[in-house]
Amino acid sequence: MCGVVGLLIRDPSFEPQLGSMLVSMIGALDERGPDSSGIAVYADDQRRGPTGTSLPRPLKISLGSDAPVDWQHVGETLSLRLGAAIGLQPFGAGMVVEASESVEDELLLTIATSFPQVRVLGTGRTLRVLKDTGRPTETCARYGVAGWDGYLAVAHTRMATESAVTVLHSHPFVPTRDLCVVHNGSFSNYATVRRFLMANGVRFDSDNDSEVAARYLAHRLGLGDDLEEATRWVTKEMDGFFTLVISTAHEMSVVRDPFACKPAVVAETEGYVAVASEYRALAELPGIATATVFEPQPEEVYTWSR
Amino acid sequence: MESLNCEALGTRGVNQRLRTLPRGGQALLLQPRGRHNLAVGLSSEISIHIEGNAGYFVGGLGGTRDGTGPDIVVNGFVGWSVGENLMGGSIRVRGSASQSAGSSARGGTIVIEGDASLRAGISLKGATLAIAGDAGAMSGFMAQSGRILIGGSAGHGLGDSLYEAVIFVAGTIASLGSDAVREEMTDDDILTVKELVQETGFDHIDPSRVTKVVSARQLYHFSTHNHGAY
Repeated sequence: MCGVVGLLIRDPSFEPQLGSMLVSMIGALDERGPDSSGIAVYADDQRRGPTGTSLPRPLKISLGSDAPVDWQHVGETLSLRLGAAIGLQPFGAGMVVEASESVEDELLLTIATSFPQVRVLGTGRTLRVLKDTGRPTETCARYGVAGWDGYLAVAHTRMATESAVTVLHSHPFVPTRDLCVVHNGSFSNYATVRRFLMANGVRFDSDNDSEVAARYLAHRLGLGDDLEEATRWVTKEMDGFFTLVISTAHEMSVVRDPFACKPAVVAETEGYVAVASEYRALAELPGIATATVFEPQPEEVYTWSR
Repeated sequence: MESLNCEALGTRGVNQRLRTLPRGGQALLLQPRGRHNLAVGLSSEISIHIEGNAGYFVGGLGGTRDGTGPDIVVNGFVGWSVGENLMGGSIRVRGSASQSAGSSARGGTIVIEGDASLRAGISLKGATLAIAGDAGAMSGFMAQSGRILIGGSAGHGLGDSLYEAVIFVAGTIASLGSDAVREEMTDDDILTVKELVQETGFDHIDPSRVTKVVSARQLYHFSTHNHGAY
C-alpha cells in the first residue's frame, strides 16, 4: 500500500489551516503506511527590509539522519564555521538551516565532513521537509504539524515493499530545489533507469525505487521540459504501478499508471485542491460536501498552479 | 428503523449491529465518510440505507447461495469493489462507483446510478451489474458468468478475455479487449435488456438499440498451432 497526499491552497485564507487539513488527510491514510512518513511544506515567509522592499529569500536546507544526532552540536558547529550567514531552526526529527546561496557549498561540505551521518532531505526557497519512521499520526502529533501554515504540501505514509524502512528511504524525495515527489506503488525497471541516470552523473541518496522516478523527473526538467512534459516522460520510461503526486514551488500535479493500479481521488474547491489515495482522507476537509470530487484517469497528467 | 452512527460505533460495531437485525429489519447508517467494509458479509434479508459516501467493499460477501440477501442503498458514491463477491440481494449506489464494481460477484444485483470506474465487473461470476452511466477501461475483464448493462459508453478494452458473461452497452465502445466480439442482438436479448431496464429504472436505455458483447472463445483452449511457442 502507501498513502499519498497533496494539498494546494488557492484562497490564502486557508493557509493558516494547512497543517490541520494535512493532519486530517494523513491520519486517514495512517493504516495505508504505518511504518514511516514524510511531509514537505511550502510556506511564504517573505521578509521585508526597513523600507518595505522584499529581501531575497534564503535557501532552506532540511536535514535529517538515520543515526542519532546531537542537533545542538551540529548547529553550534555550523554557526562557528559560517557565523551570521546562516539561521537555524529545529524541524521535525532534524533541523532546517537557512543560508544564502553563496555559502551553500561550504555548508554542505562542513556537514559532509563533520557529520557524515547527517543528510539533506531537501532544499528549496519556500520548502521544508520532515521525515521520520513510526506511525504517521504519531509523527504529526510529535512535531505539531497541525499548527503549520503554508500554501502547498505533499505527504506520504509508507508501507515499504522495495527497500528498507528508514528516514532516508522515506518520501517525499526532493531531487532538486523545491521539487517533491511522493509515490504509491512500485517500479519494476528502476535499476535500469538508475544506471542510465548514474551514467549521466546523477547521485542517489538511497536504493529506493521511488527516488529513481524523482531523479528521472528532475533529469527531464533539467533538459528543459515543463512539469507536465517531464511527468509524461516518467510515465513513458518508468514501468510499474504508480500514483505520483509531484510539487514545485508553485504547482502540484498527479499522474497514475496506465492500468490505474493504485488509487487516487481529487477534491477541487475554490479554496484548495486536495489529492489523496482514498476519499476518506478528504472527508474532513472544509467544504468537501460541495467540492468537485473525481478520480484522475490513467496516464493523464493533472496539473494545478497557485 | 435502527439508526447507526458509523463515527460513534466504528466499522466493526456497525457491522455487528447489522448482523443482529431480524429478517425484514431496517437500518440507517449515518456519517459513513468514506469508511471501508460497511455492511459486509450479511446474509439475512434486511434493508440498509447508507446516507453519504462509502469506501471500499460496500456490501461485499453479502447474501446466500439461493440469491437472497440484504438490500443496500448508498446515497452517495462508493470506493473500490462495491459488492465484491456478492452472492445475493441487491446494492444500489445513487452516485458513482470507483474501480472494480461488482468484482467476482456470483449472485444478486448491483446497480450504479452514476458512472463506474475502471474494471467494472471484473471476473463477474453470475451477478447482474447495471451501470446507468459510463464504465471505465477494462470493464468485464475475464467475466465468467452473469450480465453487465452499461447505459452510457464503455472505455477501452471492454470484455478482455471474457468467458460466458454477456455485456450490453447502450452508448459507444472505445475498444474491445482481446477475444471480445460484438454479436447480433436476438429477440431474447432484447427481452433481457428490457427486463433489466424495468428492474433498474434506467429508462434512458432503448433495449432495441444496445450492443451485445460476448466472448469469441478463441482463448478458451490450448491450441495445437501454438505448440511451438512452449
